[in-house]
Amino acid sequence: MLPLKRALSSPIGRKFVMSISGIALVLFVIVHLLGNLTLYIPDGGESFNRYAAGFEALGPMLYVMELGLLAVILLHAFWGISTWLRNRRARPERYAKSIATKGGGSNLNIASRNMAITGSFLFFFLIIHVWHFRVRKETVGEKTTVNGQEATDLYALVVGSFENPAWVFFYTLSMVVLAFHLRHGFWSALQSLGAMKPRWSKQIYAFGLIFAILLALGFLGMPIYLFLAAA
Amino acid sequence: MAQETMTVHLKVWRQAGPEESGSFQNYTAENVNPHMSFLEMLDVVNEDLIHKGEEPIEFDSDCREGICGTCGFVINGQAHGEERGTTVCQLHMRSFSDGDTIVIEPWRAKAFPVIKDLVVDRRAFDRIIAAGGYVSVGTGPKPDANSIKVGKDVSDQAFDSAACIGCGACVAACPNASASLFTGAKITQLAMLPQGHPERTRRVREMVHQMQEEGFGNCSNIGECEAVCPKEISLSNIAKMKREYLRAMFSDS
Ligand code: HEM
Ligand code: FES
Repeated sequence: MLPLKRALSSPIGRKFVMSISGIALVLFVIVHLLGNLTLYIPDGGESFNRYAAGFEALGPMLYVMELGLLAVILLHAFWGISTWLRNRRARPERYAKSIATKGGGSNLNIASRNMAITGSFLFFFLIIHVWHFRVRKETVGEKTTVNGQEATDLYALVVGSFENPAWVFFYTLSMVVLAFHLRHGFWSALQSLGAMKPRWSKQIYAFGLIFAILLALGFLGMPIYLFLAAA
Repeated sequence: MAQETMTVHLKVWRQAGPEESGSFQNYTAENVNPHMSFLEMLDVVNEDLIHKGEEPIEFDSDCREGICGTCGFVINGQAHGEERGTTVCQLHMRSFSDGDTIVIEPWRAKAFPVIKDLVVDRRAFDRIIAAGGYVSVGTGPKPDANSIKVGKDVSDQAFDSAACIGCGACVAACPNASASLFTGAKITQLAMLPQGHPERTRRVREMVHQMQEEGFGNCSNIGECEAVCPKEISLSNIAKMKREYLRAMFSDS
């Protein structure tokens, strides 16, 4: 028998945890993007506020979902950093001339080498982002009516923020960082699970790039679009 | 026809012993025949050093025909040098240019401590094998040669994994100093064949555990190991090891 604790702290098990939590976060991010696409509808925020009000209508269930998401993020982040620290300890003495790729099918590039750095940046982004919209929605959000009922005017909060070029820049930068994290992460998550055949890996790796770019463009278009629309 | 020769400048890691601190030393190799192997070039440099009464540069080698896995060090940031699918003993000076500066370092990994200069202790690999990279054989009368049928496709795949010569380049080139390609190849080779089945579950469990105990890093699917492997062992061996591990996690035995 393989005890679960030993399995999950093994080099392979710990990557199962990273992979499954990473895939969960990818699914979340996809849903988050699809919902937020309503920001692009030029209807003065009606669709977006209706979408946001749908979450408020969930009542306590929303908190359960939020706590679940928080748990996945913390698990992924702490496991990732702890794995990275172990990896650093595996080579206490560095090369004088840093490793240069020999090409072929190698994915040694800035995306794959800096997962812990892009990941840490995303963690920092998430703290700011949750404060910026989730917390401030409760504290400074104005009220509006959606379908005849009172709801928070999240649209006004978002549009108001993105009149400030500093926020536009910060969000755009963060989404570029996310694209780098997912450029390697998408493929890596599948390979970590062993869900890979040599026949597919080229295509999956290429798909990871397209996926990362589309996702980042979808998100970073929002602040830029709202900024330009307001100007 | 006059033989063209070349001059190369070497920056070599010199370290007198496991506990000593090392440093780079500069050497110039003159009149190098471009058809020499990299190790032969070092042999000439060493003869010079011996004549001068200095300590020769220590490095490992045995077969010098690219099949034993004894040789290996990092040349300009690339394990076994820039040529793909080869070991340093099969790397020739013609892949360099006259006047090049060449930086030579030992494999760097916590699990591969330096013994001297470019020689590292790779017994961690042996301990991973001892943990489960074997099959049990019955004593008694000789079994019939073809009593266990193995399909050609399967035997070919097992052979591709078995081509690993255990040189350690995969560890050296991995940014995480992970031994996943080596361990994956050994596990895959035996998992493919019926002869490997009795120990299949225990094997992956114990070999992966030993790999962790030795202090190797965790694979982050970068694939530089595959690019430097002199035997071009595929990353799919690592995927196979993960599936074998998953199977072991849900197995009763
Ligand atoms: C909260 C901050 C985050 C940190 C600190 C972080 C850190 C990491 C680290 C260190 C890895 C391991 C890379 C490797 O071993 O090569 C990783 C992998 C991954 N991350 Fe993140 N990450 C974060 C956020 C995210 C987000 C928001 C997503 C999804 C949108 C994500 C998706 C992934 C995926 C899919 C993988 C690949 C899993 C694998 O290699 O098996 N991560 N992350
Ligand atoms: S000395 Fe045998 S492989 Fe190089």
